[in-house]
Amino acid sequence: MTKNYRLPTRRAVLAGASAAGALGAVPLLLVRRALATPEKMQAAIKSVIGEAPVKKGKVTLDIPPLVENGNTVAMSVTVESPMTATDRVKVVHVFNEKNPQPNVIDAHFGPRAARAAFSTRIRLADTQTLVAIAEMSDGSFWSDSIDVIVTLAACLEYN
Amino acid sequence: MARTLINVPPKAKRGQVIEIKTLISHVMETGYRRNEVGAMVPRDIINTFVCTYNGEEVFRTGLHPAIAANPFISFFAVATESGKFEFKWTDDQGNVETASAAITVE
Repeated sequence: MTKNYRLPTRRAVLAGASAAGALGAVPLLLVRRALATPEKMQAAIKSVIGEAPVKKGKVTLDIPPLVENGNTVAMSVTVESPMTATDRVKVVHVFNEKNPQPNVIDAHFGPRAARAAFSTRIRLADTQTLVAIAEMSDGSFWSDSIDVIVTLAACLEYN
Repeated sequence: MARTLINVPPKAKRGQVIEIKTLISHVMETGYRRNEVGAMVPRDIINTFVCTYNGEEVFRTGLHPAIAANPFISFFAVATESGKFEFKWTDDQGNVETASAAITVE
């Protein structure tokens, strides 16, 4: 063995283990699941819409409040808008707090869209809050958020 | 790449709002799962879906791993003239799946 480094003695290892045990929470932090957090969701929202102010209203995010299976959850978004050439919804973004990634879907309404509404099926990894943000043709942003309770989470068996 | 199922009413009155429903079979692999031997399964999802009506865009979405397997998407269009709805899905590997449906407007 070279003199440059020392292997830990048995005494040092035991002392370290008991110190870690005393701190308790520290080892737990190391095995946290890789989930998006509310902060990550805010960052994702900021990266998509920038610093623009977002008002509550006009948007209706429809999802069952109690979800039994997070692998397929029916979700629909409706935005109040006449959808004329000058007054219309350009895009709707949906975000989540606790899936591995904060984005869910970006729906762009083309010139032939009749209503600012769509539905799809999504995955939910945990009980969390979903946010839908609509960008209007006049540049304003409107949002709706909803709390969902998930009993069987998507992706749990892999974490 | 995959099987698709499209629901467009075959006939509509001029100016009528019609609902279009689409379904495509796809695993929508998130990239966060491991296989039997513990290796990460690479991400493979449909990341874009576009619907056009006689060449003009009706609805376009960017999809993320939070979309469930076999993505179902429904939306609304106005029936203005007889023609064709075209649908296009693109996945991470660059595979493109297309489908179309004709509509007669009276």
